[in-house]
Amino acid sequence: MDIFKIFTREDSSSKEVAKERLRLLLVHDRANVSPHFLEMIKEELIQVFSDYMEIEEEGMEIELTRTKLGKSDALVPALIANIPIKRMKHLPK
Amino acid sequence: MSKVIVVTSGKGGVGKTTTVANIGTGLALLNKKVVLLDADIGLRNLDVVMGLENRIVYDLVDVVEGICKLRQALIRDKRFEELYLLPAAQTKEKTAVTPEQMKELCDKLKQDFDYILIDCPAGIEHGFKNAVAGADNAIIVTTPEVAAVRDADRIIGLLEASELPGPKLVINRLRSDMVKKGDMMDIEDMIEILAIELLGVVPEDEKIVISTNKGEPAISDPASKAGQAFRNISRRIEGEDVPLMNLEVENSFMERLKIFFGLKR
Ligand SMILES: Nc1ncnc2c1ncn2[C@@H]1O[C@H](COP(=O)(O)OP(=O)(O)OP(=O)(O)O)[C@@H](O)[C@H]1O
Ligand SMILES: [Mg+2]
Repeated sequence: MDIFKIFTREDSSSKEVAKERLRLLLVHDRANVSPHFLEMIKEELIQVFSDYMEIEEEGMEIELTRTKLGKSDALVPALIANIPIKRMKHLPK
Repeated sequence: MSKVIVVTSGKGGVGKTTTVANIGTGLALLNKKVVLLDADIGLRNLDVVMGLENRIVYDLVDVVEGICKLRQALIRDKRFEELYLLPAAQTKEKTAVTPEQMKELCDKLKQDFDYILIDCPAGIEHGFKNAVAGADNAIIVTTPEVAAVRDADRIIGLLEASELPGPKLVINRLRSDMVKKGDMMDIEDMIEILAIELLGVVPEDEKIVISTNKGEPAISDPASKAGQAFRNISRRIEGEDVPLMNLEVENSFMERLKIFFGLKR
């Protein structure tokens, strides 16, 4: 246990809480402002993955959510992509 | 070259009107020819903050509709050499003016003034679009609160989209005592999150309330800290390199103790 944590305000101060809330909010706000944002990412992901596999473009899902980071309970923004694979390509050894 | 600067925030009540009144007066004190344009149609209050409410005959909508000449609607603030106010209409809808008309109006004002400062209404709807239409510079006002910074971020995005580049930030109502305790976001926090250039920091100051009561911008009160901050901002707008002022609470008992024990100079 970190004894010094008790004496430092760093983690519990309301300013830190405000900052964390803002960061999370802005990730979502900025992504949602542009309806094309997720579309653009999707297009580029397809490009990248096509070098290695054939993917089912219709079944592809991509969304912005939240997830837990490591062991802590803190939620961080996360980009979740669901990319169904039709067939792997032969990769050069 | 004259500049059209819109002062905007997204969130209401963060200090746009106060900022326009003080910076406008500040620039006039620096011998610039300044007009304050109240774009908050239906909820005008720049006239009251400036103490000019009893002199209004015509307003912005009258000018746009051709009911009067632009010159007739401009109210000269006699306390200063070259400071004018173009009041908003109080009884009209925001839609009484179009962005094209605002742009035309700003272009006309540019011929006669060094600075045209536009007081933008809260929100991102019609009134906002009108206020930014004729502007070539933007000042974003925020307070150290989550909702205000969030809205500021939204406005930054909208300004980028409407090709009004490089907005600058004014942080208003900062309380250094709370920042010290870790109970208020500090300047660096907000700059980092919003990633825009800082124009100035205005402390929470009860002199703002007093000056607003009297209709005399705090900038003309030498004892007001907020006034000092606005004086610095005005000089920065004029291109001077003015360092941020020391916002620490002076003369408080703890401060004096620290100074006494040599913990602080
Ligand atoms: N630095 C400050 N210290 C103390 N009070 C302040 C400060 N700045 C603004 N205020 C007060 O906050 C209130 C709101 O300010 P102001 O009217 O300038 O905000 P606004 O952004 O123009 O609001 P609106 O969105 O309604 O147009 C006023 O009562 C004003 O006196
Ligand atoms: Mg206002």
